[in-house]
Amino acid sequence: MGRYIIRRVLQAIPLLFFISIVLFFLMGQLGDPVATMGGRRVTRPSDRERLTRQLGLDQPFYKQYLYWLVGNDWTTIDMDGDGIGDTNGTRRGIVRGDFGMSLMKRGQTAWDVIWDRVPNTLLLMVTAEIVIIIFALLIGIFSALRQYTAADHMITAVSFVGFSTPIFFFALLSIYIFSVNFKRWGLPSLPAVGMFDPQVGKTPGQVALHMVLPVFTIAFVSIAAYSRYIRSTMLEVLNQDYIRTAKAKGLHGRQVLLVHALKNASLPIVTLIGLDLALLLGGALVTERIFAWPGMGRLFLDHMQRFDTPVVMGILVILSISVVVFQIITDLTYALLDPRIRYD
Amino acid sequence: MNPLTTPRFNVSAPDSRHVLLDIRHLQVRFHTPEGTVYAVNDISYQVHEGEVVAIVGESGCGKSVSMMSILGLIPVPPGEIAEGTAEFMGTDLLTMAEDKLEAIRGSEIAMVFQDPMTSLNPVLSVRRQMTEALRRHYGMTGEQATNRAIELLELVGIPDPARRLGNYPHQFSGGMRQRVMIAMMLACNPSLLIADEPTTALDVTIQAQIVELVMRMREQLGMALIWITHDLGVVAGLAERVIVMYAGMVVEEADVDSLFDKPRHPYTMALLAALPRVDRRRDSRLKSIPGAPPNLLVEPRGCPFAPRCEYVVDRCLHERPPLLAVSPTQRAACWVTTGDPAFATSNEFRNNSR
Repeated sequence: MGRYIIRRVLQAIPLLFFISIVLFFLMGQLGDPVATMGGRRVTRPSDRERLTRQLGLDQPFYKQYLYWLVGNDWTTIDMDGDGIGDTNGTRRGIVRGDFGMSLMKRGQTAWDVIWDRVPNTLLLMVTAEIVIIIFALLIGIFSALRQYTAADHMITAVSFVGFSTPIFFFALLSIYIFSVNFKRWGLPSLPAVGMFDPQVGKTPGQVALHMVLPVFTIAFVSIAAYSRYIRSTMLEVLNQDYIRTAKAKGLHGRQVLLVHALKNASLPIVTLIGLDLALLLGGALVTERIFAWPGMGRLFLDHMQRFDTPVVMGILVILSISVVVFQIITDLTYALLDPRIRYD
Repeated sequence: MNPLTTPRFNVSAPDSRHVLLDIRHLQVRFHTPEGTVYAVNDISYQVHEGEVVAIVGESGCGKSVSMMSILGLIPVPPGEIAEGTAEFMGTDLLTMAEDKLEAIRGSEIAMVFQDPMTSLNPVLSVRRQMTEALRRHYGMTGEQATNRAIELLELVGIPDPARRLGNYPHQFSGGMRQRVMIAMMLACNPSLLIADEPTTALDVTIQAQIVELVMRMREQLGMALIWITHDLGVVAGLAERVIVMYAGMVVEEADVDSLFDKPRHPYTMALLAALPRVDRRRDSRLKSIPGAPPNLLVEPRGCPFAPRCEYVVDRCLHERPPLLAVSPTQRAACWVTTGDPAFATSNEFRNNSR
């Protein structure tokens, strides 16, 4: 097992390397970081030239990538524009944990800017994932047991609506109903934006209240998808011979369902969760934007628009690594759930 | 009465033993998108304590379904038990509350299934699967149940049982899995074991071992045994009484000697005639039964075997023959062969059943 993990990690390194080259190249084509740095005032050609040189943007692509990856403190860079390196580089590169300085937020490292948002995103997304798993399991198992009944047909219909509703529409609809109209009707309404009411302060109660709408917006679509998966895998498993054997032993229905059936049905579901968990770290772009939730998704959109390469690249690298890590965890979970899978 | 002292082939013995299972007028249907499948059509029979009964018939004749339906193991819907009773030790299984039936399944009535490759749960250890019935029915602790499971595995001939208990089904061969399955089902000392073609999915050499094992277990534990099979060779070797099914009906019921010596239903005769024989010429063709079994999507009318029967008369097409006694230990559902006592000894009949 240990060998397997090491092998998987080693395999991931060239993959991540390749992904980072592609992302870095794309980021370089997106826009003009100099404009972001100086705002509209950097219009003097000499200023632009100096900034470009200081940021290393005049260097060829391979050199820019190299400095970003491993840093430039081992060489000298040209600051005065005479084509000869005169100043020692200070960047240590992403492999040594230096994500660079944010272009948008002056004086802050990209790492600090990102790390500031990570807890908020985790809070929102982990809560959403828990809500998703609980509801999807309940709904999926229920509709598998009641296949082709009126209740099952209704769940199918609602899932279809949930599955095909764009998330922004659902977000706006929920704000319109639970925030705007509930307030108008004098009912207890839910807050629409932010993480807490500034007048009350950042109390756990406030945060929980502000989480309700974004969590259920994210959850709704995923519950629809997950519960379909769970329904179909449960139906498949429930028809297996070993379920009949378990029943023939006189086990309680609950035990047959939750131990004998669910453990077999959980493999495809684990795949789904494993893939989702990685994406979840990136935050829900649309949901965070609409509900003004200060998470990574919103950070990504904001900094993307201003060509803040260090922050955007930092987020993307963290996401790429987490995809790889969660996939390894998913594979290990397989082995835990199914004894037929061995990685030796 | 001790089943060990009961002579195997004493045909009058069954009546003197207590009735364990009494199935009357059982009808099972499946409502499918293609229409209603008439799977089991009004069958009645009894099984006595310690008795070995074989149920014989071709695929899809309702042998397994009739057994599974009395244990509540068919999915409802699409399944439906349209009519009938199945009294086990005096109480009807078919109208019993689900939790009462659960208490009987696995403890009083156990069932071994056809395919040991798919009948064991692949993701649970053998220990887990063997001990859960003991915990459920006897309230044993983990340790007690484990000790009992080791005993059982040893009993069914699994070497190094203490170590094998921690293994998973995929680490056993097919024959070994069926042994595990049998041990699992015998865990609670059932008074009735239903073996649903337990050897069909196994190698021929392993088949004999499994048959032998089940018979040895029956002698040691004294339970009644219902052996579902389509292998008449197995039937001859182990059963006291044989029930022949066709198209969801019982067409003949007899003690094993009478069945093989003087079969009275044309279907049984045809089955026996189709058996390969060592004393037949090598170049002679094996006999088969012409035609195909009836479509169970059509509500049965008349005798189900009539379209393939060489003795068919007009009455067979309209009126379903009941099981008619031809001797104290033999009953057959046929208008022709049971109506004429001379028929069984006629030359034509003799030739056909040989």
